[in-house]
Amino acid sequence: MKMTKIVRTTADLFFPFCLVFGLYVVVHGHLTPGGGFQGGAVMATGTALLLVARAYDDVTGRIRKGAMKVCEAAGLLIFLCAGFSGLFAGRPFMANWLAPDGALFRTSIAHGPNAGDLNTAGLLPLLNVGVGIEVLGGLTVILLYMLSGIKEEKKK
Amino acid sequence: MMDTFVMRHLPALLIAVPLFAAFLMPIVGGAGRVVRNAWVVLGALATSAVGLALAWKVLATGTVLYVFGAAAPHVPLPMDSGGIPIRIVFQIDALSALMVVIASLSSLGITIYSLAAESRQSGLETFYAMLFLLIAGVLGMVSTGDLFNFFVFLEISSLAGAALVAYRVDNGVAVEAGLKYALLSTLGALAVLTAIGILIGQYNALNLATLASRLQFTTLDKLALVLLAVPLAMKCGAVPMHFWTPDSYTTAPSSVTAFLVVSSQASLYGLFRILFTLYGPLLSWATFGWFLIVLGVLSMFVGVTMAIPQKDVKRLMAYHAVSQTGYMLLGVGVGLAVLGNPDALAKYGRTAMAGGLFHIINHAMYKGLLFLTAGAVFYRAGTRNLNKLGGLGHDMPWTMVCFMIGALAIAGVPPFNGFASKLLIYESVFRFSPFLSIIAMIVSILTLASFVKVFHSMFLGPRRAEFAAVREVPAPMLAGMALLAVFVVAAGLAPQPFVDRLIQPAVEALVDRAGYIAAILGGI
Repeated sequence: MKMTKIVRTTADLFFPFCLVFGLYVVVHGHLTPGGGFQGGAVMATGTALLLVARAYDDVTGRIRKGAMKVCEAAGLLIFLCAGFSGLFAGRPFMANWLAPDGALFRTSIAHGPNAGDLNTAGLLPLLNVGVGIEVLGGLTVILLYMLSGIKEEKKK
Repeated sequence: MMDTFVMRHLPALLIAVPLFAAFLMPIVGGAGRVVRNAWVVLGALATSAVGLALAWKVLATGTVLYVFGAAAPHVPLPMDSGGIPIRIVFQIDALSALMVVIASLSSLGITIYSLAAESRQSGLETFYAMLFLLIAGVLGMVSTGDLFNFFVFLEISSLAGAALVAYRVDNGVAVEAGLKYALLSTLGALAVLTAIGILIGQYNALNLATLASRLQFTTLDKLALVLLAVPLAMKCGAVPMHFWTPDSYTTAPSSVTAFLVVSSQASLYGLFRILFTLYGPLLSWATFGWFLIVLGVLSMFVGVTMAIPQKDVKRLMAYHAVSQTGYMLLGVGVGLAVLGNPDALAKYGRTAMAGGLFHIINHAMYKGLLFLTAGAVFYRAGTRNLNKLGGLGHDMPWTMVCFMIGALAIAGVPPFNGFASKLLIYESVFRFSPFLSIIAMIVSILTLASFVKVFHSMFLGPRRAEFAAVREVPAPMLAGMALLAVFVVAAGLAPQPFVDRLIQPAVEALVDRAGYIAAILGGI
């Protein structure tokens, strides 16, 4: 199966926007609907778009299974290390030690409606980023396995 | 020593250490075989050490609480919570400690065993990642004090278990078994989730102790009870919901099968927890005691009669696992049936429960050992068919010794650990109903008969030409089997310390519903 040049070019153009929108959902996880899982899934749909528009071998040159597996493990490790960081701050596992007095994401929010400050919520954005990376890796690997049947038709 | 950094955070480490081992596995796996194996051993040793240290702490100082993400790990009700434990709480009492000990010992044995047993397979980093996830899931199930958290760990252990069952594709046979396991587990987990939804909708709490203190036993609660008890009975392999066990246990790699037994027992723990702690005195003791007893007797009898005609050694053992689960249900069921009668409870109820709980740990050890020996035979001889095997005792003497220890223990022959727990069950159940005790003894005799047949067809007889290349299995496999065999013999020769130190506190914890609730809500 070979899509027309229009489809392939459009998919190429859309791919970075998919990633950026996914990343937006991930980093705004503590402010807006969505979060690590949803954002990661949006990023992974970029791969699905490329896979549908192009041949499988064409895509695996750019998106490698091995790298995605490392992404998956790394995301999970970020999550776990964020949990461990509570221990070293002298609090229990997963304690949100960053929130009122950490170095990052420390701003307290005033009660009532506000514009939404990204620099809040302490540990939560970190957890969202970890989950986002993990889901991006995991779903991409699943997509690559499931859609590996899509091949370019041999020219007669 | 009691208050060092590690000792304070043991419950968190209990989950975090195996998860860390699992998540780093895909990265470590790229660094070569030696590094990966070293990481596996390190992860297994660390997990077991944390588990045993935690159990020791619980048995020495009483229930251990751990509140994730709070200001202090042991304060379940922070000032701003309004009297509800809003965070995830791990509540490890003596019953949980017993289960943690089982999972720790068994996981160490099987990981060492699998180093050699699985060395010829591909995709090992995924295998070990899944194995550690399974271990983390089981440890979480038995230590959490939060109903939704229990569901999450149930799912983790089910999915990792299904992936491991399907790990050896085996022309699709293993994949079918894995799919069956995944489908049934998901169905069961959905029912559990529905029940949790019913409970939180009415009582606005997920914490087990809080729920237990607020439960009204409305019609919806009865529905929730059914939706909790039936899937958990299915997951522990009780007849008539046992049909997934033979397939999954047979096709999974033997090391995994040995741990699937522990995973089933974690569901059994969940069932006991729901009946004793969550619903407790709201139930009619006799009805639910007999519910467990009937499940137990059915499992014992159907399991053993189905086991006898099997040709595949692991399938045979899987049916025996169903049968042995019946003993645990019978013992604890008798305890539950007389829970409202202090006189009978003191006379034989506690002994029956002690027998049932002691049988859990004994079963995990000897059945794990038997599955590992079956895996060792398969590793060398390449078949599990009893009609084709024979004469292996000449070349695999140590495997044969381990098999004998396991077989005599499961049949309840002294001086092995199966005898110790079965004797407790026979004696106490006899005072409750002699008929049930006689059934239990007959099932034991049938078990012995079945294992004599297996022993004969696997190990005895002259050397066979087709097994000329068979040698003793590699040292790591022997070490894994020896670890479990040592426990089987030790708990058989000197059962009293185990019963006094480990089992009796667990029985007290099971009966003491008020204590479980007070550990969380006592601060008000």
